[in-house]
Amino acid sequence: MTAEIPKATIAGSRPIRLGRPVGPPVLLVLAVLAPFVLSNYHVFQLSQIVVYAVAVLGLNLLTGFTGQLSLGNGAFFAIGSYVSVILMTRFGVPYWLTPVLAGAVCFGAGYLFGRSAARLEGLYLALATFALATAFPQILKLDRIEGWTGGNQGISITKPSSPLPSQLSNDQWLYFVCLAMAIALLVIAWNLVRGRTGRALVALRDHPIAAATMGVDVASYKSIAFGVSAAYTGVAGGLGALVAGFISPDSFTILLSIQILVGCVIGGTTSLYGALFGAAFIELVPDLTKKLSELAAALDFPALSLKLADSSPAVLYGILLIVFMMVMPDGLAGLVRQVRARLARGASHVRT
Amino acid sequence: MQALLHQLLSGLANGAIYASVALALVMIFKATHEVNFAQGELAMFSTYIAYTLIEAGLPYWVAFLITLIFSFVTGIGIERLLMRRIQGKSQLTAVIVFIGLLVAVNGLASSLFTSSIKPFPSPFPSQAWYGTTYLSPHEVGMIVVTLVVLGIVFAFFRFTRLGLAMRAAAENPASSRLVGIRVGWMLALGWGLASVLGAVAGMMAAPIVFLEPNMMGGVILYGFAAALLGGIDNPWGAPIGGFMVGVLENLAGAYVVGSHLKLAVALFVIVAVLVFKPSGLFGRTVVVRV
Repeated sequence: MTAEIPKATIAGSRPIRLGRPVGPPVLLVLAVLAPFVLSNYHVFQLSQIVVYAVAVLGLNLLTGFTGQLSLGNGAFFAIGSYVSVILMTRFGVPYWLTPVLAGAVCFGAGYLFGRSAARLEGLYLALATFALATAFPQILKLDRIEGWTGGNQGISITKPSSPLPSQLSNDQWLYFVCLAMAIALLVIAWNLVRGRTGRALVALRDHPIAAATMGVDVASYKSIAFGVSAAYTGVAGGLGALVAGFISPDSFTILLSIQILVGCVIGGTTSLYGALFGAAFIELVPDLTKKLSELAAALDFPALSLKLADSSPAVLYGILLIVFMMVMPDGLAGLVRQVRARLARGASHVRT
Repeated sequence: MQALLHQLLSGLANGAIYASVALALVMIFKATHEVNFAQGELAMFSTYIAYTLIEAGLPYWVAFLITLIFSFVTGIGIERLLMRRIQGKSQLTAVIVFIGLLVAVNGLASSLFTSSIKPFPSPFPSQAWYGTTYLSPHEVGMIVVTLVVLGIVFAFFRFTRLGLAMRAAAENPASSRLVGIRVGWMLALGWGLASVLGAVAGMMAAPIVFLEPNMMGGVILYGFAAALLGGIDNPWGAPIGGFMVGVLENLAGAYVVGSHLKLAVALFVIVAVLVFKPSGLFGRTVVVRV
């Protein structure tokens, strides 16, 4: 008989909740059925959401569970994309393998960066990663590696085609590739945070000194967390390159890092499935502002339409980051948790 | 030799901008132990206000003064409305709120003023007696304006009662409160002054980097590098760090890495300082008692 570990002991004040048993299967069925009823463009968007979800998951592991903030995960996303594409075009590595290899490369890069930054406290780490993300597009444009990276022009790839062309379109196939990898990574993350490593990381987040006293090797756990986070982001980068079919330095500006951060905060930093909410948000909101602007144009408000079309989702991102941190620090996942708790309490109230 | 001298001197001119930004960062760090990631974007926004006023026909220095007042009030407003609410929360919260502010101000500027690149006038003529073969009149003016502003800020903190009160509030909030200093307002004033410094940097930088919503992206990175190099808790270190990274940027750009990698130089300085000497050249080493 295996005793259930009380969940609250794992995360201290913030219990780690990985969803009720009903949630995941329903979501999985929906995820599998969705591409058969949606148009190709929407399937493409769905793939993007899965890609972002993997990247956000990577940041959740670092920020939510280890308490380290990275503003530079966009740089690891870029490394993942470039490694993937270069492996595919130069070395003929099969496309489904490249995101995995990209993840491995990013683990190394992230581990090294984390190792040198392990001494740094949160604020300085944020500064260093911010600088990394800002400077990275310039590094990608470097003349000396232009032969590999394509410089300013970037590289295009032919999107992989479906092995079952009669049943599945290419977009649908690619979506399932992304989904399979995302599920595998989610399961790994789940096991990671529930195991010894996860407990050590949470201990480091909540009380570093106590954790060190209990024998947690601070520097190496912090670097491993950084490496794992970078690896997830790198896989996401590799998948993202496959989905988009084109990469260039300007797709990896500081805005990408900020988008990942927005997804992390809005979904809920300490929730694994919150990554999905966050990813859906960052993929769908820019579209939504565009739709609103079209609507305003159709309804004869040209001024409003122009305003909406011109304003990037940036203002909304910024305001939501601030509002969520102040009002809902546990994000949408936290909200869901609260609503569920209230419903449960209400139900028990009726019964007595 | 002449080329080297030219690079050195124009590095000092760029350094003047970084010095102002770094001092603004240090002022807020001293008071709250937070780094204002949005400093550059606030400066950019102020510069747009100046541009709008100049376009409306106001003389440059009048627009300059109004912009400084606007920045001062905005800085105070942001502290009162936003930053005081995150005091005492985790550093993670603070950093994310600053990033939110950065993104929101950047987006606001793009939608209010469009993201097209605009030329920004310099208050200094293109030919003047103080222009030399090494430095254009604008570069000379930039250095002079920055030194004057830094001088005023230091005099204010050194010789006025208000400056003393602000220093006390930053150094020891609890005791300051006991002697009747309104610590909250001192922090707000600090934010106002930091915004003013940022605005000066923005208006001096704009004729060189041109006016657009992302104009401060590189400047703020060098500002971080300067503040860290000088020691992020040392107000004297910040301007020195600023002039140093300005010169370093130019020399590295001209002789080592080429002008395409200037941001990477800032990244290198930041990482190197953090790894080898986190307290910077003139900063205090912080010892944590367990």
